[in-house]
Amino acid sequence: MTWSATARGAHQPDNTAFTQQRLPAWQPLLSASIALPLFFCAGLAFIGLGLGLYYSSNGIKELEYDYTGDQGTGNCSVCAAAGEGLAPPPSCSCAWYFSLPELFQGPVYLYYELTNFYQNNRRYGVSRDDEQLSGMPSALLHPANECAPYQRSAAGLPIAPCGAIANSLFNDSFSLWHQRQSGGPYVEVPLDRSGIAWWTDYHVKFRNPPLVNGSLALAFRGTAPPPNWRRPVYELSPDPNNTGFINQDFVVWMRTAALPTFRKLYARIRQGNYSAGLPRGAYRVNITYNYPVRAFGGHKLLIFSSISWMGGKNPFLGIAYLVVGSLCILIGFVMLVVYIRYQDQDDDDDDDNEE
Amino acid sequence: MTEALQWSRYHWRQLIGGATRDDDSRPYNYSSLLACGGKSSQTPKLAGKHRIVVPHLQAFKDEYEKFSGAYVNNRIRTTKYTLLNFVPRNLFEQFHRAANLYFLFLVVLNWVPLVEAFQKEITMLPLVVVLTIIAVKDGLEDYRKYKIDKQINNLITKVYSRKEKKYIDRCWKDVTVGDFIRLSCNEVIPADMVLLFSTDPDGICHIETSGLDGESNLKQRQVVRGYAEQDSEVDPEKFSSRIECESPNNDLSRFRGFLEHSNKERVGLSKENLLLRGCTIRNTEAVVGIVVYAGHETKAMLNNSGPRYKRSKLERRANTDVLWCVLLLVIMCLIGAVGHGIWLSRYEKMHFFNIPEPDGHIISPLLAGFYMFWTMIILLQVLIPISLYVSIEIVKLGQIYFIQSDVDFYNEKMDSTVQCRALNIAEDLGQIQYLFSDKTGTLTENKMVFRRCSVAGFDYCHEENAKRLESYQEAVSEDEDFTDTLSGSISNMAKPRAPSCGTVHNGPLGNKPSNHLAGSSFNLGSGEGASEVPHSRQAAFSSPIETDVVPDTRLLDKFSQITPQLFMPLDETIQNLQLETLYIIDFFIALAICNTVVVSAPNQPRQKIRHPSLGGMPIKSLEEIKNLFQRLSVRRSSSPSLTSGKEPSSGVPNAFVSRLPLFSRMKLASPVEEEVSQMCESPQCSSSSACCTETEKQHSDGGLLNGKVESLPGQPLACNLCYEAESPDEAALVYAARAYQCTLQSRTPEQVMVDFAALGPLTFQLLHILPFDSVRKRMSVVVRHPLSNQVVVYTKGADSVIMELLSVASPDGASLEKQQMIIREKTQKHLDDYAKQGLRTLCIAKKVMSDAEYAEWLRNHFLAETSIDNREELLLESAMRLENRLTLLGATGIEDRLQEGVPESIEALHKAGIKMWMLTGDKQETAVNIAYACKLLEPNDKLFILSTQSKDACGMLMSTILKELQKKTQASPEQVSLNVDLPQPPVPQDSGLRAGLVITGKTLEFALQESLQKQFLELTSWCRAVVCCRATPLQKSEVVKLVRSHLQVMTLAIGDGANDVSMIQVADIGIGVSGQEGMQAVMASDFAVSQFKHLRKLLLVHGHWCYTRLSNMILYFFYKNVAYVNLLFWYQFFCGFSGTSMTDYWVLIFFNLLFTSAPPVIYGVLEKDVSAETLMELPELYKSGQKSEIYQGSDIDIFAFGNPLNTAALFIILLHLVIESKSLTWIHMLVIIGSILFYFLFAIIFGAMCVTCNPPSNPYWIMQEHMLDPVFYLVCILTTCIALLPRFVYRVLQGSLFPSPILRAKHFDRLTPEERTEALKKWRGAGKINRVTSKNANKSAGKSGRRPMPDSSAVFAMKSATSCAIEQGNLSLCETALDQGCSETKAFEMAGPSKG
Repeated sequence: MTWSATARGAHQPDNTAFTQQRLPAWQPLLSASIALPLFFCAGLAFIGLGLGLYYSSNGIKELEYDYTGDQGTGNCSVCAAAGEGLAPPPSCSCAWYFSLPELFQGPVYLYYELTNFYQNNRRYGVSRDDEQLSGMPSALLHPANECAPYQRSAAGLPIAPCGAIANSLFNDSFSLWHQRQSGGPYVEVPLDRSGIAWWTDYHVKFRNPPLVNGSLALAFRGTAPPPNWRRPVYELSPDPNNTGFINQDFVVWMRTAALPTFRKLYARIRQGNYSAGLPRGAYRVNITYNYPVRAFGGHKLLIFSSISWMGGKNPFLGIAYLVVGSLCILIGFVMLVVYIRYQDQDDDDDDDNEE
Repeated sequence: MTEALQWSRYHWRQLIGGATRDDDSRPYNYSSLLACGGKSSQTPKLAGKHRIVVPHLQAFKDEYEKFSGAYVNNRIRTTKYTLLNFVPRNLFEQFHRAANLYFLFLVVLNWVPLVEAFQKEITMLPLVVVLTIIAVKDGLEDYRKYKIDKQINNLITKVYSRKEKKYIDRCWKDVTVGDFIRLSCNEVIPADMVLLFSTDPDGICHIETSGLDGESNLKQRQVVRGYAEQDSEVDPEKFSSRIECESPNNDLSRFRGFLEHSNKERVGLSKENLLLRGCTIRNTEAVVGIVVYAGHETKAMLNNSGPRYKRSKLERRANTDVLWCVLLLVIMCLIGAVGHGIWLSRYEKMHFFNIPEPDGHIISPLLAGFYMFWTMIILLQVLIPISLYVSIEIVKLGQIYFIQSDVDFYNEKMDSTVQCRALNIAEDLGQIQYLFSDKTGTLTENKMVFRRCSVAGFDYCHEENAKRLESYQEAVSEDEDFTDTLSGSISNMAKPRAPSCGTVHNGPLGNKPSNHLAGSSFNLGSGEGASEVPHSRQAAFSSPIETDVVPDTRLLDKFSQITPQLFMPLDETIQNLQLETLYIIDFFIALAICNTVVVSAPNQPRQKIRHPSLGGMPIKSLEEIKNLFQRLSVRRSSSPSLTSGKEPSSGVPNAFVSRLPLFSRMKLASPVEEEVSQMCESPQCSSSSACCTETEKQHSDGGLLNGKVESLPGQPLACNLCYEAESPDEAALVYAARAYQCTLQSRTPEQVMVDFAALGPLTFQLLHILPFDSVRKRMSVVVRHPLSNQVVVYTKGADSVIMELLSVASPDGASLEKQQMIIREKTQKHLDDYAKQGLRTLCIAKKVMSDAEYAEWLRNHFLAETSIDNREELLLESAMRLENRLTLLGATGIEDRLQEGVPESIEALHKAGIKMWMLTGDKQETAVNIAYACKLLEPNDKLFILSTQSKDACGMLMSTILKELQKKTQASPEQVSLNVDLPQPPVPQDSGLRAGLVITGKTLEFALQESLQKQFLELTSWCRAVVCCRATPLQKSEVVKLVRSHLQVMTLAIGDGANDVSMIQVADIGIGVSGQEGMQAVMASDFAVSQFKHLRKLLLVHGHWCYTRLSNMILYFFYKNVAYVNLLFWYQFFCGFSGTSMTDYWVLIFFNLLFTSAPPVIYGVLEKDVSAETLMELPELYKSGQKSEIYQGSDIDIFAFGNPLNTAALFIILLHLVIESKSLTWIHMLVIIGSILFYFLFAIIFGAMCVTCNPPSNPYWIMQEHMLDPVFYLVCILTTCIALLPRFVYRVLQGSLFPSPILRAKHFDRLTPEERTEALKKWRGAGKINRVTSKNANKSAGKSGRRPMPDSSAVFAMKSATSCAIEQGNLSLCETALDQGCSETKAFEMAGPSKG
């Protein structure tokens, strides 16, 4: 008997809540009665949020202008026609005139929008060299293979910045002029072109290569600009803090858009008299029309927009919240009906059993 | 010279081969069937190659090096890998999986620059992770095997050292072929060896093969002929023979070889001489053997065929769904390719979009589209769930862990719990539709309990005994506790054998190592090795319930009349009373001696008790003494002569008594002198060399005798004796006899000693044993009665057989004859009565022979035995000659009690919609009774008995029954026509008629033939239960195969014995019951339980859980991947199908691999839709799994874009899991929250660290930027809510409006116990109503307000049975009788004579 005494329980499983699968558990039982308050609460919350979003979105003003230059859409059509079929198209200027009957509440942001532009095309999107853009000298002279065919110029020089994205840099430029009184002189509105890129992009991700003898031009010596560019990268801007790879327009452009229709921030208007917004009056936007979009059926738009805590104008989110909230309430009522009926049914069942 | 040798070898092999073939052609050779997994027809590997074993001794050093040195040694290595080959080999094996190859293909594809979608390294990541996880798992498993191997290899045994010239301790691994090994009792045999010496004077060694085949009864092995007669231990130094034997093979039931002495004399070797590795020496003090096979060449290791690999149904379906995923992927990629081509053709000239190749030329849209196809495959690869297989494996391991740790499966008595031997089919347990069960040992306890007996026409119903049996169950547990604690001081008669080996056992090997070893020899491959074999061997057939028999008081009264004087006036006329008393004496003597039980005493280390105790025997005449001497001398001279040159193992199965040497000894122990002299004149006699020790032997015998006489006062108490029987029935009868003070004291080949209280010790000279076989269905012993000094034949057998052999005309006169007739009638009535109660019946009869008659018979019998051709038949004839004109003494009724909880379990399984078949080898009456007892059949079931003698009749009968069934149910015409095509009648259980089918083995044979299969299946599908009686193991497996393949259902087979093995192997799930009959069934099974009732929880709870968990998890995996891939895919519409992913590639890959993989795994392991209690109480819930309800479809779509999309997707996917979960524990919460945190943490850290890495989609600071933006959160919340809303609403509505049974059952878990019982009651009521309504709906065509009236019919006929017997187209639909038992008997009787 010794063996059975010692061996008792040798194979006996532990009797714990875990091994016996008796852990205390929350068992959600999804039924109308439980879901009812949930739906109503969620619906109310959503409607509240949606209203808030909707109104704050409604408070945002937007002013947009398509300057692509299709036939009869303003004076940019001249430029569009001039550039037809030419690569690169010749430099051309046109203007957009508009007037504001009242103050355009600031801060006002100036965006440009491109449509039908597939920055998210994979082969376009990969055609860049982040190492080069982060200012690594070795990468500067040896661009990544992904950049091909914009890796090296016809002369064999490494292209800086290399790749299709950089090559297709948006190069229209805008200036805003304000006429206080009709017939009065146009005063240029200062456009703040700094701080339009992400802080981290501008300060960390994009760096110029180390200066050679204090000169950025020398640092880029031995490289060629992308084929579509008219100026080398170190001459993008006269401001030394805004030229080369850290040119903010360039940085913004390099953050490729997710969808074929996209806006990119061009400038912020927040200086001088215009810190509160654009006052009433007539305005003119001088447009340097360089960028060809008609070839792929795209459009170029200029947009003035104010912003709120939730960013730009986005009525959709608010509406979506409202819709979902209403839906929840609706379902809640359906549930209520179901609940009441279900209760009845339950009672009926009981009656049946008693029969 | 060599040629001559070859020639002789060839002939020798021919001879042996022939003998073995005979051996194999025995009707049902279970053991050979088992040994090689049904491949008994396997041809021997002995293609001209032999193994020569030379003793590992100094004297044979050179020869040893030449022959035996090259054989593998005893070191075993069951591991698959070594440190060096682990990586390549594991990789090689893993790439056998299609999924892995697919991902390898993706990796390679990504290296093609034209189609490259990701960075090259990233695509490798999932593959590497999956491969690593599997490799680690494999490595750990292998390491465990390595440790077990090491443990076994380092076991110690005593090996003869040629240097030190004595036995020294050595590790198992150092044992080599040719070594001499000395083993003591209870030691485990380290290698296959030929037995050269045993301390047993008869040269017999007992081994227990539980480690090998699980059979716990003892088997005998014999010392090689010529060595048996040596009285001193064999001295290895003097051993100069060499052994030649066949090359290693895996046939456990065969061993051929010979031992060649230095004088070129040869002695044949058979499996009787071979001790197999892994077995344990029992009842023998010490043995010496020479190793012939070692290590991996041992038969045990060659039979070790790793774990079973079965693919579960769910996995098969998941695999097909993976293929569907592939198809979906291809479609998506095609859409992408075409879309890209079209998109590109619009901008063909635009260098903005159609970026030229490095060399400047532009790809045509067509080609670009083609490239895009492959790019898409890489991009959308996550659609194919690579981690699915890993997750499934992990989940299954978890599920198995929980099954194995379920306390409810723990059996205290055996200290065993459920064993999951197949690791990957746990979820199949939840989908079982058909259950095939063995009867004996599975449904019943296989504890044969003496229940009633009838002697001389008087029924002794043993009421106290019945009471004891009823109260047994409650009492036993307390009793055991009690005995355990007081074991030291109390000599417990209830557990006679347990402590016997205690000390020795813990000696060299200890208890556990030996078990380890036993397990390892078979199961190392399974990974669950060590725990396979039950902890310690259970004393076979000797539980208290079997040993304690309470005598019937009436019978005891009659015992008081027994006096030795009864035998004095032998030939005088006997009074009636005296005759009855004589009957009683004879009856109990027959019970005690008509068997092959081995007696052992518990207080000696399982030593066989041998009392040649002549001292106890009243020696009456000189003649007896003379006989004794004759016997001794005859034995010397004749035993070798008989066995020489012939295969001794050609006897009748499973009875070692039948082996020739023993056989001849018994037979020759006859007082007929002329026989003996004749024998000695026979030519073989001259070759005998063993006669020289005759006188010595006599002396030693005398010494032995004296010793024993002295020890007689200390003779062990009767209750301390322990009987080891081959079948539990035998033991039960011996124990029954013991209860009446008729105790079997000892048994030797020559004599049986019975201690009969009233008569004193009686020693029966054992003249002959005709062992049991399934053809004769009886066994007999021929003894010389010590009191009457007559030759008496005691026969015990099946009632149907014995009744036919009774003497018609008694020589003693008419009165006796008349009396016999009365007894016969009465006994028959009692027998019917017993059978009706489900008792196993046996008849006991005797016959008195005159010496002359016996001599005459013996002469013929001896001729039969010595003949080489058709010896079997001759022996059978000879037995027939002996067993006739018997006098019926009485009958016994042995109860094989139903196991605890069987009826409840069967009822529950029935309710769960599982169809049950009982397949048994038992006879019809017993089977049907057990079927009723265990509620397999209900009293108001209509019972059809299918028992015919020809195929045509069988077919006709089946169609008749079918017609009747159809008529009864008044099925609509459409249903009937449907049935013809598909044997699937409309919910037969719901119809008012419940039918049961009983089919006999012979008829089953016809029914299984191809032409009748369909009809048979159709018929059975109408019946709620089918009982196949008299079924052979082969038929069992054929039935399972038939049902499984033709009905395409999930089958489960459960059984406990060797005869169930084939059935267990064929079924989708095989379950072994580790009961009394050893471990063979367990070895072949996927799951092993200790009792049938455990099946209920195993199927209803764990099966349900495993199935719902795993199927939900797999579905969820598909959902998760499809959902995520859909995001990528829809995005392609916005990016010109250019294969851009809108998120970082790392996040993309990790999304599946890390962020969303742990929660589903946890879900898969821990999900609990309904509590175990509810599942047990509502077996109906099981049906959801049978119909594969859970594993259907599920989809959801998501619309969101941008970077927050990932986050939203994460929330959606995880919260979706929460909606689907039915129970959430803190583990779930922990893992889900952990996953979310991990995602954010990863994104933030990755976003912060990665300035230039991962070029195309640099994630730098994106997450941070977003987390500062309130819109991000708003979008996430909104998308998550929108995405989940439909499903949530659906679930809620489902919960309220049309809850599935599972959901409704879940409500019960919430209730208080009182409410719960109330609710359950309601549920059952509602269930009935539902069934009725659904039935009515089904039968709407023939709706006529007909109500099922099972109750009224039950009133009309409690047990109605239609029993039919049909002969050769002479169709006669038989009576529907009120008394079912009666009609059955009639049917049986009708079928009986027609056989002849």
